[in-house]
Amino acid sequence: MSEPTPQFEPVIVAFCCHYCAYTAADQAGAQRLSYPANVKIVRVPCSGKVDALHLLRAFEKGADGVYVAGCLEGDCHFNNGNTRAARRVTQVQKLIEEIGIEKERIEMVLMSAGMGDRFAEVATEITEKIRALGPSPIRGGKPAPARAQTKASAKAAK
Amino acid sequence: MITAERKPLEEIVESVASFDRILLVGCNECVTVCAAGGRKEVGLLASALNMTFLKGGKSVQITEHTLERQCDPEYVEELSQLVGGADAILSMACGAGVQELARRYKDKPVLPALNTMFMGASERAGVWSERCAGCGNCVLGITGGICPIARCSKRIMNGPCGGSTNGKCEISDDVDCAWHLIWERLKALGQTDLYEVNMDAKDWRPAGGAGPRTIVREDLAE
Repeated sequence: MSEPTPQFEPVIVAFCCHYCAYTAADQAGAQRLSYPANVKIVRVPCSGKVDALHLLRAFEKGADGVYVAGCLEGDCHFNNGNTRAARRVTQVQKLIEEIGIEKERIEMVLMSAGMGDRFAEVATEITEKIRALGPSPIRGGKPAPARAQTKASAKAAK
Repeated sequence: MITAERKPLEEIVESVASFDRILLVGCNECVTVCAAGGRKEVGLLASALNMTFLKGGKSVQITEHTLERQCDPEYVEELSQLVGGADAILSMACGAGVQELARRYKDKPVLPALNTMFMGASERAGVWSERCAGCGNCVLGITGGICPIARCSKRIMNGPCGGSTNGKCEISDDVDCAWHLIWERLKALGQTDLYEVNMDAKDWRPAGGAGPRTIVREDLAE
């Protein structure tokens, strides 16, 4: 009898706004809602803080899927950070398609701080979607190597 | 500013495919302002190239560096320590920057990552439009501050052609008729008499028609 194929466990990076999705993740915990451990949360002060470079670097360093979670439309604490983030996600979708990575591997989602159930639902849905897509074509299961940078460029990348 | 756009990734990848060590150089001037070749775009392209090569099973060393200006020898000199460790230089500057690198580092292939577009201004965030054609003989003083060379599709000098309709150019409803804009602006300024000034047929020699142009400031030149 052959060994069962181990299920592919994707690495998913979620950039979560402090004012909504990050609090919603807390809420999900308080409500005892479970969501896949595949989702690695990066707390940001606003989804508008997330740059195209952060999104691309996440893929470069081995993420199979990435999403940005921002406030509901009209609810951004900094006025329009969420709409800016959405535009950047669209820009990165085009760029990763040029590289040969499926654009479905990145998306923008919106939620409020009280939507713990939505946070868990989104995390589950995206994990399943990425699991179905398989590992990121750039890594084939291996982490990406480090890349040389001059001091100034390294500072800018931080 | 000089505006530019990144070339399609496929074209860039093809141009650097035979090299293992690439020095990717950005410029902090115009191409930073038009979001085409500044430090951030250098990071994005490096990341995109790295992933493209990884996908193909190839590991390429990409060194990122952004100069204050790529069109000035004193800044270009900064690269002298880095060039030795690279097989090729990929420049994210305008054509002037690419050529300055090629002039200084004669033994390295220098490749452009951008297509240089035009001298333009920022209309609003993320939108740049052509404003100046560098024709060498500015007429903005009599055309209400709107250039008929850069902004009229036919570059005509004395009023609109028959293709001007409702303020738009015949090439597209998205393009304003420059001469319509000029007339409206002169009216607003109370300077419609300037519209009557007959401009001579354009002498294109100062615009580059007499070959590559050079400016020599004798008080500054060494």
